[in-house]
Amino acid sequence: MKRLLLILCLLATPLAAVEPHEVLDDPVLEARARALSKELRCLVCQNENIDSSDAQVAQDLRLLVRERLVAGDTDDQVLDYIVYRYGEFVLLRPSWARGNAILWLIGPLALLAGGAFAVGSLRRRKVAATGLSEAEQARLDALTRED
Amino acid sequence: MLAETGHFAIVLAFTVALAQAVVPLVGAQRNWPGWMAFGDAAASAQFFLIALSFGALTYAFVVSDFSVALVASNSHSTKPMLYKVTGVWGNHEGSMLMWILILALYGALVAWFGRGLPERLKARVLSVQSMIAVAFLAFLLFTSNPFLRLGQPPLDGRDLNPLLQDPGLAFHPPFLYLGYVGLSMSFSFAVAALIEGRVDAAWARWVRPWTLLAWVTLTIGIGLGSWWAYYELGWGGWWFWDPVENASFMPWLIAAALLHSAIVVEKRDTLKSWTILLALLGFSFSLIGTFIVRSGVITSVHAFANDPERGQFILWILCIAIGGSLTLYAARAHTLRSNSVFSVVSRESGLVVNNLLLMVATVVVFVGTLWPLVAEITTGRKISVGPPFFDAAFTPFMIALVMVLPFGATLPWKRGQARRTARNLRGVAALSIALGLLVWSFQTGGRILAPIGLTLAAWLVLGAGWDLLLRARIGDVPLSNTLRRLQKLPRSDWGKAVAHGGLGLLIFGISAITAWEQEDIRVAKIGEPFQVGQYSFELTRVDPVTGPNYQAEIATVFATKNGQPVATLRPERRFYPVARMPTTEAGIDMGLTRDLYVVIGAKQGDNAWVVRTYVKPFANWIWIGSIVMALGGLLSLTDRRYRVGAANRRLAPQPAE
Repeated sequence: MKRLLLILCLLATPLAAVEPHEVLDDPVLEARARALSKELRCLVCQNENIDSSDAQVAQDLRLLVRERLVAGDTDDQVLDYIVYRYGEFVLLRPSWARGNAILWLIGPLALLAGGAFAVGSLRRRKVAATGLSEAEQARLDALTRED
Repeated sequence: MLAETGHFAIVLAFTVALAQAVVPLVGAQRNWPGWMAFGDAAASAQFFLIALSFGALTYAFVVSDFSVALVASNSHSTKPMLYKVTGVWGNHEGSMLMWILILALYGALVAWFGRGLPERLKARVLSVQSMIAVAFLAFLLFTSNPFLRLGQPPLDGRDLNPLLQDPGLAFHPPFLYLGYVGLSMSFSFAVAALIEGRVDAAWARWVRPWTLLAWVTLTIGIGLGSWWAYYELGWGGWWFWDPVENASFMPWLIAAALLHSAIVVEKRDTLKSWTILLALLGFSFSLIGTFIVRSGVITSVHAFANDPERGQFILWILCIAIGGSLTLYAARAHTLRSNSVFSVVSRESGLVVNNLLLMVATVVVFVGTLWPLVAEITTGRKISVGPPFFDAAFTPFMIALVMVLPFGATLPWKRGQARRTARNLRGVAALSIALGLLVWSFQTGGRILAPIGLTLAAWLVLGAGWDLLLRARIGDVPLSNTLRRLQKLPRSDWGKAVAHGGLGLLIFGISAITAWEQEDIRVAKIGEPFQVGQYSFELTRVDPVTGPNYQAEIATVFATKNGQPVATLRPERRFYPVARMPTTEAGIDMGLTRDLYVVIGAKQGDNAWVVRTYVKPFANWIWIGSIVMALGGLLSLTDRRYRVGAANRRLAPQPAE
């Protein structure tokens, strides 16, 4: 009885990630499919991509990606097609064009702002501590170097 | 009965904490020694009461007292004893109690070992620490009581989530909490310093060990979690940029920034208000992390006690703690005068760049984590921000940090010469680039990532070693003299070199596994070998096995290389009937140069199973690097300056104001 229960349960377990029969014969296409799978979210899972998810929806999406690739789509066309059908939520890399520019720019912006702030406050502190402005300091440096 | 004792102990601890939050603070303000001394006694009492309560809960789990609701829903009589104990913190209520226990422990440590601390600073620190305790004890008592009883106890429990029944994960939370909560110490010290209106080298010397300790334990905790994901989740992923991972990663980044800027305060008496701000932010991000994990506002793989009411309570704690401390900062920060200047090319500037890059990286992670929430609230669109974004947006700043690190680390304090430092590091840079080129020329069609990663890793490791040798004045003095000098270098110098080298090893592991991993997915027939990379694998048998609280199928896979046997791997598929959950246990042969990683899937017809095989080169260097980094931190922590006695002697008596 226990044995039977085990067998039933193991049969009922969800599919594991990429299944052997899904794999395309053409290794180049398959590599592209794998790369694309890492960009797409499994819709029913908590924050997993379809490449590593074992949910049925993820498998459907993986097959769809391969279908489109075999049909000759470019990577971008495949992504557009899937976004068109499933919505923006599937994209793990939010697209720049769809109003996420701030998200992508936040790092460089923070670096610029932080850098400017650091340089500014250090310069101010120097003036406060020595009483010399930048130009005066440069002149002093030049004078001390001469002798 | 014991459960009620535990409950009662928390109520008592709550009242003690209330008193401890008020009395020493007033004492410090009015300069009443008796009131200040109350803090010490209260901190000990608070710790013992909470420890008693934690003990009571542990006992309920150990004896499987299913009349306690928490035990009934998170334990089972057949569960191995180790997981009965670790099950105490494998759930929301119990882990919260552990969080508070660690908080109280830190407070008690200050009371027990803080004899050298100025009395008023200590009183204020204990008081602030206790304010945090009051908030979280209230949270526990009013929303997450772990001691609730059931009217009709069930015959057996509902078992702990099988994924958590694992030694790696069992010890992941305690370390993580030691780190998270450890940052409360620097927070309390920062708030106390703001109230006091003074920050000096002595203050930094007191804060730095706590920050180091928090950073070391966070490093270990995050490393354990990543290692667990690697061997347990079944495809060897080790970092997912999941919101909950990010929640622990942001405090880690800030703690790293803080322990560097505290050096500047300690050695050069400058960057004070910035350091205070970092100390406030570090713990604030711990609180934000707690909120993300426990409120469920952001979808994450760590579905853990998602309850809006609790989320709201933590949000209030968050607002009061962050809002209050930042207001105090705004009011007082200008009183913290910095007393020294430094030139653009100096160790100080190097550390400013370190802080800038670490904080920008934190901002990227923070915005990326919250972006889906913000986008949904402002525009109503549901979007995802996942690993491809973080890889692209976070990594450049880390690369920049690594590139400037050895420069900054070898620059002299106050005023340095860029050309001279560059000349010192010329050899190291050349050697690192040569190594990268060598790898690039050897690899066939691989990604450019591996040579770049290796160059950066070598730059860090060699740079750290060379820094030590330079400090021991290699070349200037005879070799025997250099060796003697090396031995005499302070532990903190060794700690710095070891931690920076560890970061190099970590980067090497990450780039190697990302660039060179080999994968094979197939239906393997018993007795038919197949080739993956240089290795040949053969599935020889699959057996059903009954474990203590699970059923399993165990496969036996032989791995050979050039006809020589290398390893026997035993991947499993387990099924936990009580939780009705399947898990996979990968068969892994660990090695310094590669891991062989085999996972077994469903049966496909006669004598054939789905088998996933991976060869993961240098995977273990990710965790070796993390451990080495943590060791570096520990080495620094044992430096004479931070030992109680030494600190005692160097602290000048504080003038009464």
